[in-house]
Amino acid sequence: MLIGLHHYLIVAAILFTIGVFGIFVNRKNVIIILMCVELILLAVNINFVAFSTHMEPVAGADPIAGQIFALFILTVAAAEAAVGLAILVVYFRNRGNIAVENIDLMKG
Amino acid sequence: MQALSTFLPELFLAVSASLLLGFGLSKTNDRSVLVRYISVGVLVVFASMGFLLDRPAGTSFSGLLLNNDFSDFLKCVIGLSAAGALLLTQHYFQSERLDRYEFSVLTLYAVLGMSIMASANNLLAMYIGIEMQSLALYIMAAFNRDSLRASEAGLKYFVLGALSSGLLLYGASLVYGFTGSLDFETIRASIAVSGPTTGVIAGMVFLLCGLAFKISAAPFHMWTPDVYEGSPTPVTGFFAAAPKLAAMAIIARLITVPFGDIIGQWQQVIVVLAVLSMVVGALGAIVQTNIKRLMAYSSIANMGYALVPLAAASVAGVQGMLVFMTIYVITVIGVFATILQMRLRNGMVEQISDLSGLSKTNPGMAISFTILMFSLIGIPPLLGFFGKLYAFLPAFEAGLAWLAIVALVASVIGAFYYLRLVKVMWFDEPTREFVRAPRTVRVITIVSVLLIFPLLIIPGIAGGMLGFAESAAQALFAQ
Repeated sequence: MLIGLHHYLIVAAILFTIGVFGIFVNRKNVIIILMCVELILLAVNINFVAFSTHMEPVAGADPIAGQIFALFILTVAAAEAAVGLAILVVYFRNRGNIAVENIDLMKG
Repeated sequence: MQALSTFLPELFLAVSASLLLGFGLSKTNDRSVLVRYISVGVLVVFASMGFLLDRPAGTSFSGLLLNNDFSDFLKCVIGLSAAGALLLTQHYFQSERLDRYEFSVLTLYAVLGMSIMASANNLLAMYIGIEMQSLALYIMAAFNRDSLRASEAGLKYFVLGALSSGLLLYGASLVYGFTGSLDFETIRASIAVSGPTTGVIAGMVFLLCGLAFKISAAPFHMWTPDVYEGSPTPVTGFFAAAPKLAAMAIIARLITVPFGDIIGQWQQVIVVLAVLSMVVGALGAIVQTNIKRLMAYSSIANMGYALVPLAAASVAGVQGMLVFMTIYVITVIGVFATILQMRLRNGMVEQISDLSGLSKTNPGMAISFTILMFSLIGIPPLLGFFGKLYAFLPAFEAGLAWLAIVALVASVIGAFYYLRLVKVMWFDEPTREFVRAPRTVRVITIVSVLLIFPLLIIPGIAGGMLGFAESAAQALFAQ
């Protein structure tokens, strides 16, 4: 079987869905939410790289741009993880735990 | 030199922010106050740079950024509102023992991100701008790091912001895959050839959903009340003003440039977002007792109003959105300056009941707050009325009369909770007295109140602003 573009897209779509569902379904730990965010970004990267390598050479098509975008996403994801973990550490110091169900000081 | 002058405002901001980051670092003395004043100056210069450079138009970085009247208008409003919000932090941070110079630097970096959003002409530039803004905002929300509420607000903002970036990126990847380009104009040309394929439409909807998180339009609004309540009050004032305008601008650019030929596809999305936001904002605010939460629902409703003219897909529509958002930004800075005046001897209060009898204990504050509320309702002599006029008329003209009527009904429902505040201030018995507010906060309130009073300001300013908004909207459509 030849692996074509749609195989990559389906894998990426599944990863993306797992990531989004993980954020909403998970009730235990905020770290898992951070992992889900990374999963979403990885799904997007697979999409970009797959589109980039399978692009038809028509006028205006820019196959390299997708790979460059993937590199940018990797870089920004690192910065985002750093900021997210820093906020999580601050929260942990104030609250004493990081269970998702306890993040309910404000509601309504 | 053409490319440099189109990028000069961002360059100036980036260099100043980086220099200030080093300058503030001092072992012996605390430079936070000095850094704040320099930052305010930098923001004012940044805001006026479009005029100083005679509004240069053109692209930079091989078409990644496009500077025209549209981005100049936005940079002007964003820079000035950020400067106002930064001045508000002064006294609050000092009295809460939070005054660190990094906050001013973070504001500058956030504004740099918004500025890149305002002139983004490429999905990559748009993403970098949004992330640059958001990463700074997450930290600002949790800036009071010893407060459980602030860190919870920061955490919630971070998680939902990261999710919205994920949606936005997934949309960007689909649009890239089905059109073959990241450049806005090339995407438009490609869609004109291929027509609206399923992939492009799916990508566009993901992009708009990601951006709807950023402007807190319903049904993507759930983070807003918590973040508004938990963050330090001047930070909330900043959140309510500049970032909303920047995200609104990128929505306007997306729907007019890359998706300008498939109006029928995105119009439904914008209409649904607008109607839901207006309803959620109007109904959700009624039960609130905390004034910051109330302002959160008010901002959700106002984002709904701002989306109404965009659905019209016309020059007048984009102009209406810009005029409405500018007036909203001015008003909301005034409102938060007033909330910052709600201080008792032992600290800040933020319940609506704390305002009771304000007209007897502090008539000046009561009058200015009442004028701001009347402007938010949209009572005629005040600018809020003209904002809504400019926002709803284009929808009428574009045949979306029912949408404009929904907006009017939502404004009437919304009037209830603004009037409730007025009633609490003027007709309830006073319980306690606020301490005298610091001068900067009072001056910003007065400036904001004067600006929304069209009789008092020089008519030239209002007329000039209106003309500028129109040329901004035309520049977007000429692209």
